[in-house]
Amino acid sequence: MDDKGALARSLATTELQFAAREVAPNLFAMSMNTEDSLREYIRLFVKNPLVSTFGPLAKILDFVANAAPGVKEILAVGKLCWEVREHNYDIVIVDAEATGHIVAQVDAPAILSGLVQVGVIREQTKWMQEILHDRATTGVVIVATPEEMPVLETMQLLDTLQNTTNVGVSAVVANRVHDDVVQGGDIAVFDALWQAVQSNAMPSDIGDALRAPMQLLNVATERRKNEVGNLEQLVARSRECGVMFMSVMDIDAHDHDVVTRMTQVLKDELQ
Amino acid sequence: MSSLRNVLENGRLVVVTGSGGVGKTTMSAALGAYAASQYNRRVLVLTVDPARRLADALGLESFGNAVVEIESSALARNGVPPAGRMFAAMIDTKASWDELITRCAPTADVRDKVLSNKLYRNLTERFVNSHDYIAMERLFEAQQSNDYDLVIVDTPPSRNALDVLDAPRRMKEFFASRLLKLLTSQAQSRLFSLAAKPFFLVADRILGARFLSDITEFFTLFRTMEDGFVKRANEVEAVLKQQDTSFMVVTTLESAPLHEAEFLIDALRERGFSLNTVIANRVTPQEFVSQAQAALNKLEASIQDPSFVQAVVKATEVVEPTAGQISRVVSTIARKSAEAVRKGDAELTTLDTLRERSAGSQAELCICAISGAEIARATALVALGESVHPA
Repeated sequence: MDDKGALARSLATTELQFAAREVAPNLFAMSMNTEDSLREYIRLFVKNPLVSTFGPLAKILDFVANAAPGVKEILAVGKLCWEVREHNYDIVIVDAEATGHIVAQVDAPAILSGLVQVGVIREQTKWMQEILHDRATTGVVIVATPEEMPVLETMQLLDTLQNTTNVGVSAVVANRVHDDVVQGGDIAVFDALWQAVQSNAMPSDIGDALRAPMQLLNVATERRKNEVGNLEQLVARSRECGVMFMSVMDIDAHDHDVVTRMTQVLKDELQ
Repeated sequence: MSSLRNVLENGRLVVVTGSGGVGKTTMSAALGAYAASQYNRRVLVLTVDPARRLADALGLESFGNAVVEIESSALARNGVPPAGRMFAAMIDTKASWDELITRCAPTADVRDKVLSNKLYRNLTERFVNSHDYIAMERLFEAQQSNDYDLVIVDTPPSRNALDVLDAPRRMKEFFASRLLKLLTSQAQSRLFSLAAKPFFLVADRILGARFLSDITEFFTLFRTMEDGFVKRANEVEAVLKQQDTSFMVVTTLESAPLHEAEFLIDALRERGFSLNTVIANRVTPQEFVSQAQAALNKLEASIQDPSFVQAVVKATEVVEPTAGQISRVVSTIARKSAEAVRKGDAELTTLDTLRERSAGSQAELCICAISGAEIARATALVALGESVHPA
């Protein structure tokens, strides 16, 4: 929905367009463009191809799409619902816009149906809502990193989606979760070791060998402690849909490599 | 003096941009807290919805459209009071739009009609473009008020960070459009250009006459505020290009935010905005990396040495570890710190590329080291702001 080339890079393909393209066997990708969506809408529902190409009229339509409240949102979400309704694909996965925009997007048909009393669009918002509100058909997946702000935003988004829309949440994914540096009973040993290094409670050559590596790892240990607290909150709030965990990947991994590895993790999680 | 310090000491407006999740809000607050602590300046940080802990760290119970001052005691370090004052406000889109309409409406009647218009209420409460313009509006208002010496703006999440900066231009284009005039003239007279007739036929069918008249009524009301809005949009644009306005790009060194940062660096230059600083956030401290690298060979060799293990067992006897446990923990330390060293080395290469890219836009590359701790007090924000240093 917010294409800056990241999806194309992730799929190791060339720039994506509004027209869907098969980028791998049985995997199609497209990039949303509301102007093209409007043209397709006119072609499908006004059934007059000249209308969308007729100069001044096309400009007016673009102007309305940009300025009238909700038009951009309905054009985007309408296109997605259309693909679902027509069964053009078995599943449609939407890389949605930022957190702040998602509610306006999934709720656009409901809002528009409250504003528009009659006309073709009124009818169309009905089937869009049926698709969006059917938990067996549509679900929002919220992805958050385990830091404080993204976790709080996710919890707020869960509240907003539940309280103001009829769209269900299928899952929450905690992404880029760090592993524990040490686990279980070793944590106390690690902490005692760090204390001993800091207080010079061991021969200096041993302390020197441990000090710098432990100092480097302490950043990760502290961060992990915070992550655990944040994730506990996230899990408690997400009981209804559950949380999946995705470990942090190497920083130098190429985008497509990350996708391949994430695919494997998701496969394991979902089995 | 570093370019960043110079901006904090002498600049008037700092616009902080970057993709979501890179720590932009915390960085904006940290630079604000540091500037207020260090320089005799009145610093306002305008932010989007901050996390609760950030509000707590600033000593704020409520955080809304109204500007609040941070207690000076919260910014004092080691008993030394801050040199300046810090203020903060969160941009509340709905309240800000209502204020703007109240100011720009030519009459009380128009104001009331707009504020109660069904489309207006939906526009301001729900749809995204409205956030972009209002962020720029609040920035301008704060900058013009003379209540602050330095305004730091944390730009809101957006389809694209540039949408925010382009919002004033888009607002002008909206009002300047002949199409707006064409559409709104429909509300006054049916005897207008034939060019629009096919549009209304189509729109009537799709949207229905009622909604269409709602839209034209809404646009007509908006047109009455054209003078106020266009004047304001021009002024906002001028402020963004003033000499004492600086832009910052905040990024982490991961692939996706880096791509976006590079895109932003180029796009800001193309638009003629003055990019002053690029901040690489959450960078592994290089001194830790090189020290760990130097110690690793020794540590790896020591793991097999029983006297080393025994000495460590003795030093940690408070938790009564076994020799096996010590060997395992020390091996883990060696392995994981070696991984961290490799990551640190990779970051150095990435930083070199980012430095070149920043220099191409006459911007200084600064680094903020990763910290395990989360911000729990305002003094931690001051320390974080202070820690940002040229790469």
